[in-house]
Amino acid sequence: MSEEQLQRDFQSKLDAEIRIEPKDWMPDDYRKTLIRQISQHAHSEIVGMLPEGNWITRAPSLRRKVALIAKVQDEAGHGLYLYSAMETLGEPRSKAIDDLHSGKAKYSSIFNYPTLTWADMGAIGWLVDGAAIQNQVPLCRTSYGPYARAMVRVCKEESFHQRQGYEIMMELAKGTPAQKAMAQDALNRWWWPSLMMFGPPDKDSKHTAQSMAWKIKRHTNDELRQAFVDKTVPQGEFIGLTFPDKDLKWNEEKGHYDFGDINWDEFYNVIKGNGPCNKERIKARRAAKENGAWVRDAAAAYAKKKQNKSTEKAA
Amino acid sequence: MSNTNDWPLWEVFIRSKQGLNHKHVGSLHAPDAEMAIKNARDVYTRRMEGISIWVVESVHMHASSPLEGEELYEPANDKIYRHPTFYDIPEEIGHM
Ligand SMILES: [Fe+2]
Ligand SMILES: [Fe+2]
Repeated sequence: MSEEQLQRDFQSKLDAEIRIEPKDWMPDDYRKTLIRQISQHAHSEIVGMLPEGNWITRAPSLRRKVALIAKVQDEAGHGLYLYSAMETLGEPRSKAIDDLHSGKAKYSSIFNYPTLTWADMGAIGWLVDGAAIQNQVPLCRTSYGPYARAMVRVCKEESFHQRQGYEIMMELAKGTPAQKAMAQDALNRWWWPSLMMFGPPDKDSKHTAQSMAWKIKRHTNDELRQAFVDKTVPQGEFIGLTFPDKDLKWNEEKGHYDFGDINWDEFYNVIKGNGPCNKERIKARRAAKENGAWVRDAAAAYAKKKQNKSTEKAA
Repeated sequence: MSNTNDWPLWEVFIRSKQGLNHKHVGSLHAPDAEMAIKNARDVYTRRMEGISIWVVESVHMHASSPLEGEELYEPANDKIYRHPTFYDIPEEIGHM
């Protein structure tokens, strides 16, 4: 089949909302874009375990502790579903991980902020997972089959993450004045970085147009951000917390909240590696790999030994 | 030897409940089948999604090519006599 014909077939599948599967022909750039997006997404899940992992040993009760462990474990699972989807495109996981550790690959900027108090576990679950859900639900219909299927699994698990976070915030907000202040402080610190999770404004987003045409993305960054704000503000007000944005107010005419300008310099600065925790996060990931090397080696040696034994027996 | 490249890729299939087929859910890396099953339990069945797991090393999977799809399935296309609706049975007979 000619390249042109293949291209036409590919496009007609997209037009008919037929998923593209690993062995189907696809344009090189479509493949590259997916590898970039899925690996970044996987890295975000994995690095995203670190800020919350920081509080597991100090969770205030057993109930909170088991929930936090389960959530962090889910994020590891999400990373693995996504690496698995990425590998169907011919990119080895080991290479993607090397790119993360060398600083070549990116991950969500939100995970470069520190978790200073227990209330941050509430704010992350409620806001960061909330924003992730806003992003991920439409990705369940993304045009690449393995990515879409991974997202279906992820989305099923995410709603517990957000609920446990909101419950923490709610509990603190109706606690002592000091507890309420802690919740408010966490909201103040996580609000703007959460809005940045949707990426640069549409006018500056270099990938959006092509990704929408390929139906990898279903909504623009600004659309997703607006939907998140509209959903989240009433949730915060319900528990008596305020948002750190003097321009935030309901716009009756538009049927949406207006909100203030996002500090994009901060966003780009964090992406470039200058956030409060970038170095610490990558260092932790590298250490995890290096310190676990002997376990992987031992497992490989054991597997080999067993295999040799069974071939000996067969001989 | 500390490269995960040394760990082969395995395809994971899960039977969600008794009486249903095993269904492909994804893949993972593991040094051997036993570890692949243990990892699959942790990665793919954290919420009782399965009661049975199959793992197959990905190199042993063989697939039809999507490009020859048409020729491969086309012969079935004109064999409408393989379907029950091809045959006329009087209404009085009822369901058959
Ligand atoms: Fe996740
Ligand atoms: Fe999550």
